[in-house]
Amino acid sequence: MSNPDRYPAFSLSVEGLACIRGGRAVFGGLSFAGAGGDAIELRGPNGAGKSSLLRLLAGLLHPAAGAVVWGGGDGVSRPALTYCGHRDPVKAWLTVREQLAWWRDLEGGGVVEEAGEAMGIGPLLEVAGGLLSAGQRRRLALARLALADAPVWLLDEPTVSLDEDGSALLKAMIGRHRARGGLAIAATHRPLGLPDARTVTLPVDAPEAPDGP
Amino acid sequence: MRPYLAIFRRDLRFAVRHGADTAVVLAFFVVTVVLFPLGIGPAAGTLAVIAPGVVWVAALLATLLSLDRLFAADFEDGTIDLFLTGKSSLLPIVLAKCAAHWLTTGLPLIILSPVLAAMLHLPAAGYLMLALGLLFGTPVLTLIGAVGAALVLGARRGGVLIAILVLPLYIPVLIFGVLSVDAVVHAADPWPHILLLVAALLAGLAIAPPAVTLALRSAAE
Repeated sequence: MSNPDRYPAFSLSVEGLACIRGGRAVFGGLSFAGAGGDAIELRGPNGAGKSSLLRLLAGLLHPAAGAVVWGGGDGVSRPALTYCGHRDPVKAWLTVREQLAWWRDLEGGGVVEEAGEAMGIGPLLEVAGGLLSAGQRRRLALARLALADAPVWLLDEPTVSLDEDGSALLKAMIGRHRARGGLAIAATHRPLGLPDARTVTLPVDAPEAPDGP
Repeated sequence: MRPYLAIFRRDLRFAVRHGADTAVVLAFFVVTVVLFPLGIGPAAGTLAVIAPGVVWVAALLATLLSLDRLFAADFEDGTIDLFLTGKSSLLPIVLAKCAAHWLTTGLPLIILSPVLAAMLHLPAAGYLMLALGLLFGTPVLTLIGAVGAALVLGARRGGVLIAILVLPLYIPVLIFGVLSVDAVVHAADPWPHILLLVAALLAGLAIAPPAVTLALRSAAE
């Protein structure tokens, strides 16, 4: 990485978190902790609330009960985070280079070419977003992580439509992120195979879930 | 400043690359105005009386037509989630998007308006005041429209809903815009009406962006 400096230390503590979507309890009583340098894999069947949990952590949803507490840093605000949802925010009418440059301007720093190389889309920089395959679009969306300069990564099914090579590149990126003191939380069906990753399994204590395990 | 300039430039770039989107709005504006002489008849006296109102109503409807592209695409592909979770503040993002929208919708309407006014036999004294009223009025249309566009995100038949939400709020702008042109044509004082449009613009700048941020947050839930 071009930027060797580390993120300030921080911690994440999820305490008794409950989520209600559309009047249905998705999960409740969920507690886990994390800190800079960790990787956390969220596992669970479809509809278990993995995506909802990520959106709760991102601050896009509000918990029905419990709290997400970020510690360290300045102790008040949450550390900067970047959220990769299951939709790729890729514009058909921008080239890959323009898209990456736009994210760089929007979220902080980094070098467009390096971000492209990080996900193996260096040769595609001048191609319009609309011409990319699903896997290439996903690679582009993930290349944004290299430009985000945020210590917390929230990844929703990041390996969907990625090939072996793409998954390996993502793993390497997450590894470098953790080495800098960053935290990566990924919702996933297939194990990502991250070293020393913690696993949080959903659903937890969801009384009205129709067919929980 | 850099993130907000980047958003502003990206939206302008969209308007340039998808020139048809902008052209459709302008064509709608022109066609709507042209229908009136065909429907009412070519009598110059009648057309001159209704000219300010026709141009203004057409400008409202044309703006309405352009509102869906303000947030809908960014909402569909998750870009709004990036705005909501990223480091940049949401308020200046909304202002940057509104500024780009006005530059690609409101400004072309203003430039076209004297031509259409001439076609409707508006006395020449009214051209400048019509354009001036639109200069202060069209940003208000963009700001109010942005609130409507953000509120209908995720709703079915949002296009119809947005018209019902937004058009009633456009009425004051329409009234003061038309009155200012009428005043000039009848050698009265147009400035109170223009000042009211300026007041509406200032109020819109203060009220609309926070309302848009609230609507975007609730759409993401």
